[in-house]
Order: sequence, then structure tokens, then C-alpha cells
Amino acid sequence: MSDTTTLDPAREDLAEVRALIEGHRSMPGAMLPMLHAIQGCLGWVPGRLVPEIAEALGRSRAEVQGVLDFYHDFRRAPPGRHLVQICRAESCQAMGSEALEAQARASLGIDLHETSPDGALTLEPVYCLGNCACSPAIRVDDEIHGRMDPAAFDALIRTLRGGEAGA
Amino acid sequence: MSTPAPHRVYVPGDSGALSVGAGQVAQAIQSEAARSGLALDLIRNGSRGLYWLEPLVEVETAAGRVAYGPVRAEDVPDLFAAGFLAGQPHRLAQGLTAAIPYLAGQERLTFARMGLGDPLSLEDYSANGGLAGLERAIGLSPDQIVQELTASGLRGRGGAAFPTGIKWAKVRETAADRKYVVCNADEGDSGTFSDRMLMEGDPYCLIEGMAIAALAVGADQGYIYTRSEYPHACRTLGLAIERARAAGLLGPDILGSGHAFDLELRMGAGAYICGEETALLESLEGRPGLVRSKPPLPAVCGLFGRPTLVNNVISLASVPIILSKGAAFYRDYGVGRSHGTLPFQLAGNIRRGGLVEKAFGLTLGDLLYDYGGGSASGRPIRAVQVGGPLGAYVPESRFDVPLDYDAYARMGAMIGHGGIVAFDDRVDMALMARHAMAFCAQESCGKCTPCRIGSRRGVEVIDRIIGNRERAKNLALLESLCDTLRHGSLCALGGMAPDPVQSALRHFPEDFGIAPDPKR
Repeated sequence: MSDTTTLDPAREDLAEVRALIEGHRSMPGAMLPMLHAIQGCLGWVPGRLVPEIAEALGRSRAEVQGVLDFYHDFRRAPPGRHLVQICRAESCQAMGSEALEAQARASLGIDLHETSPDGALTLEPVYCLGNCACSPAIRVDDEIHGRMDPAAFDALIRTLRGGEAGA
Repeated sequence: MSTPAPHRVYVPGDSGALSVGAGQVAQAIQSEAARSGLALDLIRNGSRGLYWLEPLVEVETAAGRVAYGPVRAEDVPDLFAAGFLAGQPHRLAQGLTAAIPYLAGQERLTFARMGLGDPLSLEDYSANGGLAGLERAIGLSPDQIVQELTASGLRGRGGAAFPTGIKWAKVRETAADRKYVVCNADEGDSGTFSDRMLMEGDPYCLIEGMAIAALAVGADQGYIYTRSEYPHACRTLGLAIERARAAGLLGPDILGSGHAFDLELRMGAGAYICGEETALLESLEGRPGLVRSKPPLPAVCGLFGRPTLVNNVISLASVPIILSKGAAFYRDYGVGRSHGTLPFQLAGNIRRGGLVEKAFGLTLGDLLYDYGGGSASGRPIRAVQVGGPLGAYVPESRFDVPLDYDAYARMGAMIGHGGIVAFDDRVDMALMARHAMAFCAQESCGKCTPCRIGSRRGVEVIDRIIGNRERAKNLALLESLCDTLRHGSLCALGGMAPDPVQSALRHFPEDFGIAPDPKR
């Protein structure tokens, strides 16, 4: 499979995304809600949709691209099946998040902003999950995990991968 | 024969409690009760904020609510065997929740309802004092509401501590066809979680505060701008807004007052700068979060060019109690020009982390040792960052300064949003200074040069100091760079990034390879 085809969403997904674009276009300040909705559906925002988004919002393609570039959340390539974010902010640093991050990179064999070769996990940094009284904290998809240590991290990853194998 | 009343048990649904296993504990309690044929009324309450005891399970007894914590799922069969449903002793028993010193010593005004009931139950909300503020406000004129706020002495709890009443008066007096109330719920500061807790644990309090604000300034539309990093808060607030609308607390005729006010939840996208109010407005309008030059103030020309009241979650959530109990009640808490209470958040390397709402005037030492119980590691606490990533590092010699906006400003620090992050004696303050500059570089919106370029140069200069390359020359350069950032930046990100850097240098010079100044 070439890079261009992996960076192309499936046809049925595109139909759903177009419905989302249509459904959001008349909101005041629709840009972020629309991009979130698209990313919620696909896991990323394909570059080929930029002209359609721009057209729907009456904005230039450069403006849409500028928004995608500015915000850390929006991804321009498909992420792994699970998103693992490690908090790097001060409170978590005070409780050993650097060692946790090093452990995560070593045990997953990937760096931050990378996806594991099996496509299961994408590793990202995050600055504060608001769980600072239970530092260090990480986020896996929509769940927060506190009082993390390298052993708990590895157990969590095993559960994620085990869940996938069982599914 | 009548069936016995079900046992009422509380297990928090707060994301912090869930992060340490509250979901599994709730499940274990339910299956254990089913196995024993016991009827349960399991309530997923907000967190009491005693995170060191989370998951904190409470049971209702004739004497009051009895607490057990921190409970793990594997402790549950043992708790049942010990008779915890009747409040019986157990090694995890903490006694009556209300009598736990950490909680009993607090002055919970804004967080009065936190952890009491089901956050989404409007019935629980009004049973615990909710809606009294809005009901009173409906009977007042807009000017009277603004006067009440002004008289309460409330200052912006987001960090800037600007007098809230003055902001409200400005929006009130600016004529326009449409006005907005915007809640800044972009709580990005490390060490802070009070906004998150309130949105998850008492969302109607925020909605009520915003409705009162709308009546006062004459707005009919509101937005809550919160973080994508807070998925639980987003879910709870979304549901709360729907239910508030269905109950007539929002909509064309709020509580039969004849006033319209509706509310929409918006989610940021991982940009720290959007906690700055003008960047937040840009983001709401669908653009990159670039800071706007002021004037015009948002109160005059804000969202979509209309007068806009922008207040933090805790500021708005303090409004209902000010209205229901009166300005004097609130103003009488605190010291000097810091009136009322602040929900301080104890985080980092601390034994008993959590939320401590207290009147201004206590000291960092009180919070760190009396409440926090010292460091989690058992080692000495060496440095404490107060007020988020742009807050100064406070050394032990200043732990006795009262937490009051002005006393903190006098020592070159700020209380900000009340986040307190403790570090033990293993911290390298030169690396923390470097982190502050690197964070500023990472999160700079890029609009002004001092912040965009200065923060990058700051990282390089600190690296040279750490590496002992022309140290004296680079220290002088760092001072000058900090001066440029402080005075030349458009907003507080660049303007305050020097605070953690210079406080680290001033109080912990040995970490930068400099001999400590004996005169200091």
C-alpha cells in the first residue's frame, strides 16, 4: 500500500464526514467544532478535505490550514488504534513523569508523536490532564490514569493489546 | 413484610477518582451486594477533593456519612465482611466524612456542594442550596446584581485577580444589540484542577453563575470554552446543559423570569494560550488562538465584535453563593484586598494532594504541612511553584508569607489560579527554569517577537549556563532577555515566563553553578 492511499479516508467515511461538515456549517464560529467532529469520526483530518471545509465555512484554504497547524490536537495522519498521552507538566515531573516517559518510549520502541509498527498505539506528550493530585498521570483514549509508575504502565499496555487480541 | 431500605453508598464518578480505580470499586461493590442479596442505592457523586484517599467510598449511616479510603476493588469483599454498610470499623475507615480534619478545617463556599450528591441531579442541586442565588438575582435589577458582586470583593479567580464587579459593570454599561457571557474553562496550568472538579462535580453551579451574569450584563447567549484534555468534564457539562434547558433553567424564559439565556459548550484543541481571554475569543470565532492587542477590551468589543464578559469557572461558580448569602457574607472571609475564599489545589510531590478551599491569608506552610502532610517521598520540600507554569518558585524561607494576592505580588510571585506544586530536594531548578522557557516556546502563539523568539533564545542561554559556557556573560544575557520578555510581550505568557526562571535563579543559584549570595 502506498503512502497516498493510506492517507486517503475510506469512501463510506467520507460520506459521513460530508454530513458532519454540512451539519456544522451554520454554527457561529463553526471551525473548531467542525474539525473536532471530523477528527472524532476519522481520528484525523485528511488534507484533501481542506478545500471542502473552507468552502463550507466561507473561509480560505489557507485559513483552514492555519487552524490545523496551530492547534496541537489536530492530526494530519491516521493515529494508532489507541492514543496514549503522557503528561509532561510540572506536577507530574515532580512525581517522576520523566522516568515514566523514558520507560514508555523504551517499552513501546517508539518516540513521542510516533505510532507503534503494529498500528496499536500512538504516543504523545500532553501538558496537564487536571489530575495533578494523583500525579503522574497519563491518558489512554478517553480515560485518565493516575499514580502511574513504569510497572503500572506496562500492565496497562498489556491490557490494551490483550483486549485487541481478544476482540 | 416490607423490604428493608437500600443501603446508600457513594463512589465518586470524578475523573481523578476514576483514574485510580473508582470505576472498578463501584463495580466490585455492586457485584458483592448482588452476591449477598443486599439492596444498594449506589450514587456516583463528585469527589470531595481528598484525592489522597481516592477512591473514597462513603456509606450513609444514622450518624452521618462514614468514609473508607483509599479503597481498591480487591478490598471490597473484606469491607462487606467488616460490615462497612453499617459504618463498622475497618483498617480503611476514616470516620465521619465531615469530621476528617482535611475537610473539617476548610471553608467551603464555592465548593459547598462538592461530593454531596449526584452532580447531574437538579433535585440534589436545589436540596443543597442550589438556585437560591439565581432566584434572588431575578428579583433584583441588573445594577443591583452588579453592585452586589462589586461589594463582595470577588477578584478574577483565573489568575489575573481583576475585580469582577468592575468587569461586569463595563459590559453592563456598553450598549449593543447582543452581548455574550463566556466562561474561560481552559484550565491549562499544571497543578490546577479546581475548574475540572467543579465542572464534573457541580456543573449546575457554573450554569447558575453564568445565568446570573447574563441577567446582570444583559446577555442572552453564553459559551463555556473548555479543554479537550478534560473528556469527563465535557461529557458531564454537555448533559447538565441539556437537563438545565429541559428544566427551564436555560432557554427563552429562565425560571419564568422573562429573560432568555442559552449556553453552548465548546472544546479547545490543546493550545495553552487559549486560556488567555483574547486568544480564547479568537479560537471561539474559529481562528488560531492569536492574542489580540488591548484595547479594545473584550468588555467593549469581544466575541464576534460584541461586548463580552469573560470570567473563569471559579469566578462564575462563586457568584451563586454571593447572591444567595449576600456580598457581606463573602467579603468577610479573607484578608486585605483578597476577599472570600480560594480553592487551593495541592499537587506534585505531596503526601495528601487535593483541593483545599480556604479564606485568603493562610500560608503555604499551613497548606503544605498541615493539609499536605509534607512530601509524598518523605524527603524535604525544597521548592514550590505557585500559580501554574508561569508562577514563581517559592523557597522554604518564604513558606510563611500569607497567601494573599498583594503579599504574593510584593515578593514577585502570584497566587494565580491557586495551583500549588511541591518538589522535594531532588529537583534540579536549572532544569525547571529551562522547562519554563521551553514551555513558553512550545505554547507561544507567535504573534509578538519577545515571546516567540525570546523563549527559544532563553532555552539556549540556560543550556549554556548549565553547560558552564561563558556563564557570567550568559547570566547577564538571561537577565536582559527576561526583562525584554516581561516588558515587551503582548500577554502574560511571555510576560510572566521570566517569573519561574528568575525565581529559580534567585533562590536556587547553586543549581545553576553559582555560589549562593550570603546576603539573600
